[in-house]
Amino acid sequence: MLDYLAGRFAQLLIVLFGVSVVVFIAMHLLPGDVATLLLGDRATAASLARLRHQLGLDQPVIVQYWRFLSGALSGDFGTSLRDNRPAFGEVLQAFPVTLELTLSALLLAVAIGVPLGVAAALNEGTWIDTAITTPTLFGVSMPVFWLGLMVLLVFSEKLGWLPVGGLMPIGVHMARPTGLSILDAVLSGRSGLVWQALRHLLLPAATLATIPLALITRITRGEMLSSMNLDHVRTARAKGLPESRVIRAHILRNALIPIVTVIGLQLGLLLSGAVLTETIFSLPGLGRLMVDAILARDYPVVQAGAVFVATVFVLVNLGVDLCYAVLDPRIRRQ
Amino acid sequence: MSASTAIGEPAALRAAIARPAARIGLGIVTLFLFLCAFAPVIAPYNPFDQNLMGALASPSAVHLLGTDQYGRDVASRVLYGARYALLAIIVGDGLALASGTAMGLVAGYLGGVADAVIMRIVDVLLAFPYLLLALIIVAALGPSLLHSMIAIGIVYTPQYARLVRGQVLGVRHTDFVRAARALGASSRRIMLRHVAPNSLSPVIIMATLQAGAVVVETAGLSFLGLGAQPPSPDWGALLADGQNYFLTAWWIATFPGLAIFLVVLGFNLLGDALRREFDPRAR
Repeated sequence: MLDYLAGRFAQLLIVLFGVSVVVFIAMHLLPGDVATLLLGDRATAASLARLRHQLGLDQPVIVQYWRFLSGALSGDFGTSLRDNRPAFGEVLQAFPVTLELTLSALLLAVAIGVPLGVAAALNEGTWIDTAITTPTLFGVSMPVFWLGLMVLLVFSEKLGWLPVGGLMPIGVHMARPTGLSILDAVLSGRSGLVWQALRHLLLPAATLATIPLALITRITRGEMLSSMNLDHVRTARAKGLPESRVIRAHILRNALIPIVTVIGLQLGLLLSGAVLTETIFSLPGLGRLMVDAILARDYPVVQAGAVFVATVFVLVNLGVDLCYAVLDPRIRRQ
Repeated sequence: MSASTAIGEPAALRAAIARPAARIGLGIVTLFLFLCAFAPVIAPYNPFDQNLMGALASPSAVHLLGTDQYGRDVASRVLYGARYALLAIIVGDGLALASGTAMGLVAGYLGGVADAVIMRIVDVLLAFPYLLLALIIVAALGPSLLHSMIAIGIVYTPQYARLVRGQVLGVRHTDFVRAARALGASSRRIMLRHVAPNSLSPVIIMATLQAGAVVVETAGLSFLGLGAQPPSPDWGALLADGQNYFLTAWWIATFPGLAIFLVVLGFNLLGDALRREFDPRAR
């Protein structure tokens, strides 16, 4: 296991180095000159040259990359071109919103998807199976940004049940020590705020959960069906174990390994979907921050956001791989 | 993924599309291609013609899907938008298929340093959530429809590279490849004439499944303002237009979204059917 861990850690370092190179190259291809972006079109040639020297833009590319890498390692990506605040600070401030949204969506997808997949598998070929699997086909084909608009139209505009967007009603102020709305509302000790936080989170989380929910339902059904005919399941039945125990302890447990992996791998899908969901529901998360930064050519924020998200993504994938290795000894021996 | 049956075999192909779901998928994809080809004939209006007097008109006999904030006919714009979706598939999926297949072929066949370098590049590209990578590329190239398609092409390249590499590793030690090498065929000839055709089935299946994803992603970038720019009738741009009016004029955003959903569903149904038939593990 130690050899496996060392190997995976070495891979992680190589990938993170590659991530820094990709982000650095991408930002160097940015249209326009950074010094002009900072000082505006009316800047004199002398002031532009002075700023380029200050920023190190007149240095060889390899020196610039080294400065970027050493800055990145200490969380220094420069300051935002829009509001002069530290770029990494803006990313850290926006991240809890995205984290809360993605985790809520994942929780919804797992809590609904796994039981639905189990029910479909146990009723294979019946109307229950069809009633569950047909909507999953629609679910995986759903453009999340369109679905978001439609649920807003129905649940906010027509029915008036849920708010149109944002984290809290306009005019309601709450201290945000963690940045996670629900947790902050709980910490505030005001039950009304917890209710409001949940109401504001429900539609975006449900929208973002659609595709992972459909995928988790399908994979659970498929894995359950594969496990149902295995020898150890037949043996368990032959021993006279109650069917509920056979399903729980022998079929579902065996099917859970690939299901857990698929659940972990939904993160990329969720982080991508979060960019669009945050736009529709006016949530001040990392995705929205990145898009706004790109449109405003605020490259320090784009750099900080890209490196941060990729690092989180790589670490989560590593965590999933390690879980898989713990659950399945064959992976460790490879 | 290993293909037991070649995708070119007519009997197997017929079996794949015999399923009702596959027929629905094929029907939707065929209709999509038909509308792309004949959009100028079918569209009742020029998609760019403005009529401010008739702005935000709800669906009626005159404008089947209503009009947008500039009085442009939504049905005509959605019809023409299909062409942008097809273009995204050709450029985005095509780029990913071509570059990913080339990378996978070289990595799998040559092995050694080439394999290590290419697969590390693939690992790095896969280290980004796919839309984030597309965002970074668009940020670097500048927002435009072509750049968004290129970005999506790059995002999906690693998946083809991994798939093809796996396929190549499976066939590179087969007798017919050994025989070709013994006869003195060059590596390039062996890769293109012997290895590549025998790795094609799963690539075609992936291309079908990815076609829908490419449509969604490109539309997503346009929706964010990073892809097609106004007054382009790209479906994502139409949705972004409609977002500002969806509480008062629901039809502007509803129909382009429905079009995206149907096209993606069509490609998914077709891709699933092909995968079930040609990938033994999917059965």
